[in-house]
Amino acid sequence: MTPTPENAAATIRRGLLLSTVGLLGLALVYLLAHRFTPIEVRQGLAQKIFYVHAPAAWAAMLAFALVGVCGGLYLWLRDPRLDLFAEASAEVGLVFGLIMLTTGPIWGKPIWGTWWTWDARLTLTLLLVFLFVGYRALRGALSDPAERARYSAVVGILGLMLVPFVHLSVYLFRTLHPQPVLLKPSAPSMPAPMLRTLLTSIAVFTLLYVGFAMTRYGLGLMREARGAADAD
Amino acid sequence: MALSAGTGSLQVILGPNGAGKTTLLRILAGLTRPTSGQVLVLGHSLRNTPRLRREIGLLSHQSLLYDDLTPRENLTFIARLYGLKAPDQSAMAALDAVGLAQRSADPVRRLSRGMVQRVAIARALLHRPRILLLDEPFTGLDPRAADRLVRLLEEQLAAGTAVVVVAHSLYDIWPVATRISVLVRGQWVIDEPRPTDRDRFMVRVQEAFSD
Amino acid sequence: MIEVLRHALALAAKDLRVELRSRTALVSAIAFAALVLVIFNFARDPTTVSSRDLAPSVLWVTFTFAAMLTFNRSFALEKENGAMDGLLLSPVPRGAIFLGKYFANLGFVVTVQAVTLPLFVLFFNVGLGGALPGLLLVTVLGTLGFVAVGTVFASMAVRTRFADLMLPVLLLPFLVPPVIGAVQVTTRLLAGRPLLEQAGWLRILGVYDVVFLTVCAMVFPSLLDE
Repeated sequence: MTPTPENAAATIRRGLLLSTVGLLGLALVYLLAHRFTPIEVRQGLAQKIFYVHAPAAWAAMLAFALVGVCGGLYLWLRDPRLDLFAEASAEVGLVFGLIMLTTGPIWGKPIWGTWWTWDARLTLTLLLVFLFVGYRALRGALSDPAERARYSAVVGILGLMLVPFVHLSVYLFRTLHPQPVLLKPSAPSMPAPMLRTLLTSIAVFTLLYVGFAMTRYGLGLMREARGAADAD
Repeated sequence: MALSAGTGSLQVILGPNGAGKTTLLRILAGLTRPTSGQVLVLGHSLRNTPRLRREIGLLSHQSLLYDDLTPRENLTFIARLYGLKAPDQSAMAALDAVGLAQRSADPVRRLSRGMVQRVAIARALLHRPRILLLDEPFTGLDPRAADRLVRLLEEQLAAGTAVVVVAHSLYDIWPVATRISVLVRGQWVIDEPRPTDRDRFMVRVQEAFSD
Repeated sequence: MIEVLRHALALAAKDLRVELRSRTALVSAIAFAALVLVIFNFARDPTTVSSRDLAPSVLWVTFTFAAMLTFNRSFALEKENGAMDGLLLSPVPRGAIFLGKYFANLGFVVTVQAVTLPLFVLFFNVGLGGALPGLLLVTVLGTLGFVAVGTVFASMAVRTRFADLMLPVLLLPFLVPPVIGAVQVTTRLLAGRPLLEQAGWLRILGVYDVVFLTVCAMVFPSLLDE
């Protein structure tokens, strides 16, 4: 079951292809947001960063969920490829999380004058980023692959279980302590062009996630393949 | 790879460092999961039958003891883990058998290396396992202690225990060995009953090591 | 089930006995908690921030950080001399190993809390009123869950070279829900609000405890190599 360099290279190629398509899609989203989407009345131009901010959060959450799910599957099936994919997903998720966390303040500052607000979504993503960092730190500190895979799987699963509790407690905390509200159009009442741009962006980010994760997974496979070749 | 050990026989596993001897022993002890294959104890899979662990005793190069507790406390605790009926009595009896009854109340931290090894042996035999696994047991033993260990192994063999010893030298274990196997890079290169000519065999083993 | 409990208690008793011999971890944790309380007292401007406002947060930060100090000890003990192998060799059910360590950790954390709470009342001049039973309840509910997660993470952290750094890095996100809930309830109890009113948060804390204790117990055996 050791990956061969050929398999790994093929996976990397496929991943890069998807990523490129995704990046083209990102250009499309930029165009859509710029030209074909109305400017939001209350927030002005700054609101358009929402089309990157929200899908990035979605991609980070998707990445995180897959880390947990792959972890659970790994503990059951013990297939090392599941662990390799989880590793890839964690790295990609970290990037999307950081994108979300940087676009948040960039959006927030012109609108309500503060860089940061402890709203449920930002706080949750911040914790996700910490969990991703912890996950990678743990992996970096363990050298035995099987042990690393088992331990990472457990962190992934526990992290996934944590999410609903963080969401709930931060939400409740905020309803008791109102802070600057993150002004954003809520989905149902969003006018059609905005909704269209948002959904397109979500689709593009999902594609980017798949592309990046696949590429990173392929790189992981290549590392394993090279390692096996060196050992012989 | 296959390995089997029968009652009253002592299987020696030799090999250069990195050959996988300790890993093999850990797999036999049920501490490590093999990549493939299984361990059968008395015909049953060890993984699926946890109570079979009662039949296995391990003497590792680490003592597996708690330094802050006394030998008596250590062994009583272990006896409880194995579900022995009179834990404290079994503990004292085991200590007595290795001649350490009078040091039973000193924390393990304060015992000499040789004494610690004796407590570790008492620990391994406490639950009267039918299989005894030893990982390089003669390392660091003075001749008197080595002699004592050989006699203990003879007793165990006479009682029908199956013994597997990982060693890197045949010198101490030769008198009690039934079968000798040499593991090099995960493969058996020699695997036969103990021959009569020790010196010639040792030469063969040396050559096997250097391949 | 009884078997598992019996073994777990034997394991916890052993841990307790070892700790009582050396006492290092317990004393360090208690000293740490006391010092944190002292530092918090000086780390504010008394004219602008009343101790009453800050007290619940200080209490829970102290509780959780001091608790984290005790978790690694439970597995570091087994790492010395390979004692963990000794446990795994035996027919002891693996769930009992987790539960035993959990009980031991719980015991230490409760001991630290039992010393910290009176110190807290003393240093921060907190009028307990009738809030004590409620405080005890919220302390228990706020602790049970994260000690389970701490136990699991400690078993992993001790296998790395930076155990004392790795544990907080992994564990801190898991402290967020219990600390939020516990501080909310503590604030209100200290302000004289009735315990029954806190049912919502207490329920959340309880669910957190049940979920994480269960998941940790289920997941712990997979960490072992066998």
